[in-house]
Amino acid sequence: MLLAQASLRDELVSWSWISERWDQVWEATLNHLQLTVVAVGIGLLIAIALSAVALAWRPAYAPITWVTGFLYTIPSLALFSFLVPILGLGFVTAQVALVSYTLLILVRNIVAGVDGVPAAVKEAADGMGYTPLRRFVAVDLRLATPTIVAGIRIAAVTVVGLVTITALIGEGGYGVFILDGLRRRFSTPIVLGTVLSVLLAVAIDIALVLVERALTPWARRGVRH
Amino acid sequence: MDALGELWDFLSTESNWWGRNGIATRTWAHVRISVLALVLSAAIAIPPAVVLGHIKRGGLAAVSVVNIGRALPSFGILALAFPLSIQLGLGLGFWPTLVPLVFLGIPPIFMNAYTGVRGVDPGVVESANGMGLTARQVLWQVELPIAIPLMVTGLRVSAVQIVATATLGALVGFSALGSFITEGIAQFDDGKMLTGGLLVALLAILTEVGFSLLERSLTPWSRSRRGTEIVDEGSETPTQTAPAVPGRTVT
Repeated sequence: MLLAQASLRDELVSWSWISERWDQVWEATLNHLQLTVVAVGIGLLIAIALSAVALAWRPAYAPITWVTGFLYTIPSLALFSFLVPILGLGFVTAQVALVSYTLLILVRNIVAGVDGVPAAVKEAADGMGYTPLRRFVAVDLRLATPTIVAGIRIAAVTVVGLVTITALIGEGGYGVFILDGLRRRFSTPIVLGTVLSVLLAVAIDIALVLVERALTPWARRGVRH
Repeated sequence: MDALGELWDFLSTESNWWGRNGIATRTWAHVRISVLALVLSAAIAIPPAVVLGHIKRGGLAAVSVVNIGRALPSFGILALAFPLSIQLGLGLGFWPTLVPLVFLGIPPIFMNAYTGVRGVDPGVVESANGMGLTARQVLWQVELPIAIPLMVTGLRVSAVQIVATATLGALVGFSALGSFITEGIAQFDDGKMLTGGLLVALLAILTEVGFSLLERSLTPWSRSRRGTEIVDEGSETPTQTAPAVPGRTVT
């Protein structure tokens, strides 16, 4: 292939190479976004369940943070190596690893957020006849939105960066460009993949800020909860 | 399980331990580059963080450094070092691994050192001033000692990240523990892959636990709870409660 001859003597970024590949860039963007959204979504569901357990029964909080903290500490490549023999190379392995990295951040923020809801508000909801589950979903989680969204933002930005590494097990969105560049010793795809990953992280972060504003109309009216 | 048998086979074969690409050599290479990177990151990050914290300026810089650090994909940064280092004639392996490690290790150390010095109770500083201490003495004798536990937290966060990222050095030709994983994946050798994964995970956890113990010994007054991690100050709404979050990106 002609491109294989593109060597390091060329400029750092070959714009023509990129402009010939918008289709690939778009495809990788969708792939990257999908991997991120699925991981954060599943992570959020699991984290809400774990937080509900921890909030209902305090002694569970320490072991939950211990286990999720343990998962957070294991380097992704090591985690992949444990999962590949069981789940093979691909989407499921990538997702299990990505989800496991979101849990610590999300659980901590959900618990901290719900803890921050004033006791009087919780009592009022109880007095209005809310069941514990309904109160948790409709009052506690809702009022904890700013803190929870702060956690989701960190989790999402973290996952966007991590998705690039999943290229090593056959997934990876923009990571596919990075890996391709490494293998062919061609800097353009590496720069492209890295820059796009940062841009996507920033874009998702901004999107989440807007979501938070939409979900917390009371914050704009200057009413403090 | 089959994979566990293969892991045991790989680990119990003595020739896999010694020699240029043996377990012992690669573990030592992994540890050495990690320590070196951590020391360099600290040397670069701490002085400006302490000065800025002391004069109480640069909060925006601190937040930006951390946020950018979080958004940068470490895989991309490492891969990027590869062509650059070839162009600069530094070759493969050591340099294109070390430089990104130092770079990625800076944000958590910087943030924690800054927050630590900046966050010292103004009343404490005032009484020190009242006792006639000069600004320099306040920094050395009051602010720094109070900030040290938080600085150690920053070092812990960075150290774990550096150990994890050094694994990716395998991709730019640095022969360390990550090489077992990438070679294992490429050669469909589960035993080799798991050996790398196990050792990297152990090293990361040992690093985390070691620094946690150090933190705890420095803060005897807060035995009851785990050391405070850096808080997320990246949010636009300063009034909201900022919960403790880990300040590093995972690698």
